[in-house]
Amino acid sequence: MSEEMERDDRVFVIGEEVGYYQGAYKVTQGLLERFGERRVVDAPIAEAGFAGLAVGAAMVGLRPIVEFMTWNFSLVAFDQIVNNAAKMHQMSAGQLRVPVVFRGPNASARQVAAQHSHAVEPFYCNVPGLRVVYPSTPRDAKGLLKTAIRDDSPVVFLEGETLYGLQGDVPEPEADELIPFGSAKLVREGHHVTVVSFGRPMPMLTKLADELEREGISLELIDARSLRPLDTATIVASVKKTNRCVVVHEHWPYGGPGAEIVDCVQREAFDYLDAPILRASNLDVPMPYALELENEVIVGPERVRAALRQVLYLD
Amino acid sequence: MAQVVGLPRLSPTMEEGTLTRWAKREGDDIAVDDLIAEVETDKATMEWRAFDRTVLLKILVAEGATVAPDTPVAIFGGRGEDISSLLSPVQSADSTREAPPPAKKAEQPAQQPTGRVPASPSVRRLARERGVDLHAVQGSGPGGRIVQRDMERLALQPSGTENAPLAGARADRSEVSASTARPAPVAVPLSSMRRTIARRLVESKQNVPHFYLSADVRVDALLSTRQELNALLAEKNEKISLNDMLIRVCASALRRVPSVNASFTDDAILQHQVIDISVAVALPDGLVTPVVRDADKKGLLEIAREVRELAAQARQKKLKPEQMSGGTFSISNLGMYGVDEFAAVINPPEGAIVAVGAVREVPALRDNELRTERCLRLTLSCDHRVVDGAAGAEWLAAARQLIESPLQLML
Repeated sequence: MSEEMERDDRVFVIGEEVGYYQGAYKVTQGLLERFGERRVVDAPIAEAGFAGLAVGAAMVGLRPIVEFMTWNFSLVAFDQIVNNAAKMHQMSAGQLRVPVVFRGPNASARQVAAQHSHAVEPFYCNVPGLRVVYPSTPRDAKGLLKTAIRDDSPVVFLEGETLYGLQGDVPEPEADELIPFGSAKLVREGHHVTVVSFGRPMPMLTKLADELEREGISLELIDARSLRPLDTATIVASVKKTNRCVVVHEHWPYGGPGAEIVDCVQREAFDYLDAPILRASNLDVPMPYALELENEVIVGPERVRAALRQVLYLD
Repeated sequence: MAQVVGLPRLSPTMEEGTLTRWAKREGDDIAVDDLIAEVETDKATMEWRAFDRTVLLKILVAEGATVAPDTPVAIFGGRGEDISSLLSPVQSADSTREAPPPAKKAEQPAQQPTGRVPASPSVRRLARERGVDLHAVQGSGPGGRIVQRDMERLALQPSGTENAPLAGARADRSEVSASTARPAPVAVPLSSMRRTIARRLVESKQNVPHFYLSADVRVDALLSTRQELNALLAEKNEKISLNDMLIRVCASALRRVPSVNASFTDDAILQHQVIDISVAVALPDGLVTPVVRDADKKGLLEIAREVRELAAQARQKKLKPEQMSGGTFSISNLGMYGVDEFAAVINPPEGAIVAVGAVREVPALRDNELRTERCLRLTLSCDHRVVDGAAGAEWLAAARQLIESPLQLML
């Protein structure tokens, strides 16, 4: 963010505790000192208000970054995102652009119960006019965020709450690496089955792929990372190679980008499928608070293994 | 109470069974000892009969499907009983989420040659490209679905590990088929019998050190004895074949040289106290070896009748496993096909097998006189772990003596 704020003085950050508190998750640490109160704005606890303010600012030429303390709280700003940010370009016949980035942590943060464990990607992916991305590595986060800030459309930028601790190399500021939207990443080549995922399950899947390699099962792992637009070409090419596909996602199973991926694979790789496309996801219940139950609901390696065994006809 | 019923183990060695025919339909009453279905095992088509009175509520496996023992194949219970709770665990095992209406899979029509064959889309594509008739392929997936590995088994497609990005591979393939346009081989699915033959013969050739002893034996005396006997039997409309006589010869020779009537085990050589001769019978799709028990104690006519009956049963695939196992020595005869001599593969755990060639006329010098004699070639294959060369030679000599002076068979 600081690189982009340096590069373009129309970029500013607004959200709860982003300034003096340095961010609830310290994502905006040091920004206030560097860029001052005009560009790092502490907002009251009123998401609809500051999201609307940002949409308006974007319409008149600024490039706001809205931080939701978590995406759960975006639901009170849903109208601003869906009805204003996403629609203005079309409804003004192209006269208005809304280059705003909404970002913040997404999905269960462990034991914060049903109302604070939303995986919001199905909500926002369903809205034409929005772009939705969900990186799983520091490098992808940086490259996609830069693209998001420079993009002229409203972007929903999802960060995995439990991925904040993940460490990894990122390109130097001079490199100015941008990762285009709509490009999935082939994380690992394999030949038995294609596993497509995004966001938080990715580290778990990388580990699982190592384990399965030792058991003689070779996974081709794809990180979709940009959910709308979706890079269907990479996914379909992989499934044509492996003939099997399992989609892993942490959002709830009814609809959503996980189902969208299944739809595109069955349409475009139908003649190459050797088994039904399966999904491994959270269970279809509101997230429980109790740790044991929460562990049961969130998609884990065992559920993925079961799906893999099934598409490989190993049971 | 309704219960899911697994495929029964119909013989001790059964590893899988093909449900060739359901004798009952869904909703039929089943009385004790009613025929429920016919199941082709590695050895024969077996009858699955009921032990209890019940009702066939649901068929879970279509005719033609091959499954392992204990695989759920049906649901039995009381008439009108609700079996939905039993259906879902059996049939929706392949859905991580809400199961599709469970009836679908079970009600798949039996695999008629013209009916729809369950196959994955990628298998259908391969079949189209390669001109394979999927009716000839046995599916190993759920509900008998043909999946890629079944095609790989037929060597009709490179193994999964070599899958190149298919866009390119596909183009290559169609080019090949367009330019050469030669018909692909027709895949004949392996029957249980064919699998068993393949497995047992590889086992034999890999594990049993074979050696072979051959000798020509004069059969003039044996053939004239047979002619006399058959003249006597003509009015009874019965006949003794050369092979029947040779079975009896083998049995008597084994009695004289018992060391050939033995099996090798890791701990000991089993010296058999009975002489049970396995007789190779050719079938259109393989061969079986029904056993003539105590052949050394039976008369020629008895042997002839028994062999005829066993061969008839074999051709109808009605032989029971116990009729085909436990032989101590085998005889295989290709003489009627004009084969002069051949070496047979031992049928484990037996210690030896004799291969019988065709009767030939040969010139022979007897008492300074040249005359024509009839003879045939016997080739004894021995398991060297059990039978040494001298013992095998001794058996062959005994057989020759019995054949050349067949009156000894009466002793």
